[in-house]
Amino acid sequence: MADDLVLTRLVGRPGVTTLEGYERVGGYLGLRKAVTLTPEQIIDEVKSSGLRGRGGAGFPTGTKWSFLPRDVFPRYLCVNADESEPGCFKDRYLIDELPHQLLEGVLIAAFTLRVSHAFIYIRGEYRAQRELLDRCVAEAYEAGLAGRGILGTEWDCEVIVHGGAGAYICGEETALIDSLEGLRGQPRLKPPFPAIRGLYGSPTVVNNVETLSNLPFIVLEGGAAYAQRGTAASPGTRVFCVSGHVERPGNYEVPMGTTTFRDLLQKAGGVWKGRALKAMQPGGGSMQILGPQHLDVPLDFKAVADAGSSLGAGALVVMDQTTCLVDVAKRLVDFYHHESCGKCAPCREGTYFESQLMHRLEAGIASESELATLSDICANMDGRCFCPLGDTATWFVMSAYRMFPDEFLAHCGAGRCPVRAARPAAA
Amino acid sequence: MLPALWAVQDQFGYLPSAAVAAVAEELELVPSEVAAVSSFYSMYFSHKPGQHFVQVCRNVSCALRGADGILAHLGRVLGVEDGATTADGLFTLEGTVECLGGCGGAPMMQVDRYSYEDLTPDRCDNIIAALRAAPPVEPGRDGGPGGRS
Ligand SMILES: Cc1cc2nc3c(=O)[nH]c(=O)nc-3n(C[C@H](O)[C@H](O)[C@H](O)COP(=O)(O)O)c2cc1C
Ligand code: SF4
Ligand code: FES
Repeated sequence: MADDLVLTRLVGRPGVTTLEGYERVGGYLGLRKAVTLTPEQIIDEVKSSGLRGRGGAGFPTGTKWSFLPRDVFPRYLCVNADESEPGCFKDRYLIDELPHQLLEGVLIAAFTLRVSHAFIYIRGEYRAQRELLDRCVAEAYEAGLAGRGILGTEWDCEVIVHGGAGAYICGEETALIDSLEGLRGQPRLKPPFPAIRGLYGSPTVVNNVETLSNLPFIVLEGGAAYAQRGTAASPGTRVFCVSGHVERPGNYEVPMGTTTFRDLLQKAGGVWKGRALKAMQPGGGSMQILGPQHLDVPLDFKAVADAGSSLGAGALVVMDQTTCLVDVAKRLVDFYHHESCGKCAPCREGTYFESQLMHRLEAGIASESELATLSDICANMDGRCFCPLGDTATWFVMSAYRMFPDEFLAHCGAGRCPVRAARPAAA
Repeated sequence: MLPALWAVQDQFGYLPSAAVAAVAEELELVPSEVAAVSSFYSMYFSHKPGQHFVQVCRNVSCALRGADGILAHLGRVLGVEDGATTADGLFTLEGTVECLGGCGGAPMMQVDRYSYEDLTPDRCDNIIAALRAAPPVEPGRDGGPGGRS
């Protein structure tokens, strides 16, 4: 099975976080091959790999790249390492374990797209990872893999690691660009898309850490080899972050499409303490809830969408039978309230009212009629916000309410959380 | 702008208004423009926190594995409420921080720049004791050993 792995196959090799150790196991051969190819050839490989963005939206990477207008320079690449989606910790893992694999992917993309500057935007909380990347970038410069005349070619590219400072919204690509420019990180109106007018008004590609980390393999082994993994509709592998009530939380790389939620849960040791599964959230904090009835759904973009949720950024948060869904929803709503950037009213005001109401509900002091108010608030947000943050702030809570209406109802006027009250003391 | 603000905060431990004014001058902006940016981001401090900044994640993955209990325990050990600083100025406790990307090691906290995962009350006691015993650390230098130690 080890042959099936792409992203994590080199994890744990001795010294692999250093340039020397990474090169010893074949590191930078992808970049060395890339500079002998034309950009068109590389884009063709990426297209034939079927690689889709791992940042959440799942947009085909090769297609995104071909949106850049011809002959407009300078161009920029922004690497999205802002990872702040609740339940997601795969980008941090890929940086911690294989920082040079990411860097090689960044340089391959930079070469293909002829960008002059690649910015790695990493969330402020990942300070240790920022320092690690800084060290790796310095190693790459020293070895002639970045900077002027890379690998003896005419190609120049600067790589800059840029730390964020605590704002989930800066993961949204246009907010990330604003933040890089030194502004408050707030989303911009699209179109124009970043490919046309992005950083400093120039054509810009924004790609996720995991997306780019696939490139060394795709260039070296070919797009077809990548597409052999997974299924035709969802090719390749993905790193899923499994957390919550499982025996072995962590990152698991699995082929898409041929793996089900049940398989993934099993890899993580199953539901902890021998308990039953109550619910799970795929995709990260933004996405809709699924239940035990969805365990056999394959990890495939379409199958999960048909089940009413999304693979999003590749997380799986598992909740056992003792979990209070109202409490979980309250925490997520609080998160969105805290992270709303304040640019548009439906989200700025909506998340405030949502949060107030969820606190009353969780404490058991809301009345039944307030559940209708909650639905009303959410209906007025979903689809009416300036960016997806506001829309997604309603998805978990509304889907949980639909799946567990009785649990929401039981909180109304109960004076306390009925689920917690019923829990055995040791839980 | 963000790197400039980081440089200031790394040196002083927060953003003193005189330093904000200096950043503004350097970037040819007015101080309110810099303040508008710095106040947007939750990691820039307008007031100096304690020498060690203890942040307990209470988002879902951590909550499911007992983050509330960890926060309550730290509050008792340090003798402070959520959001407060100990009388000796050594620790500031914050329990309203959002997911820190350590959900695989939940419950987790971040102290200064580093994550501590798989927390239990005993492990918290050891970490706090180690930080108490460590010689005072200048802001801008490594604040601890970090990792899953
Ligand atoms: C509110 C919000 C937060 C986002 N956060 C992230 C993030 O932390 N990391 C990321 O890669 N993409 C994030 N995205 C998606 C990005 O906007 C963008 O689609 C992605 O970085 C593109 O990279 P990809 O094509 O490689 O997936 C976020 C989107 C939204 C709306
Ligand atoms: S939806 Fe929320 S995060 Fe997005 S622009 Fe509006 S206020 Fe900002
Ligand atoms: S939920 Fe606590 S680190 Fe992610």
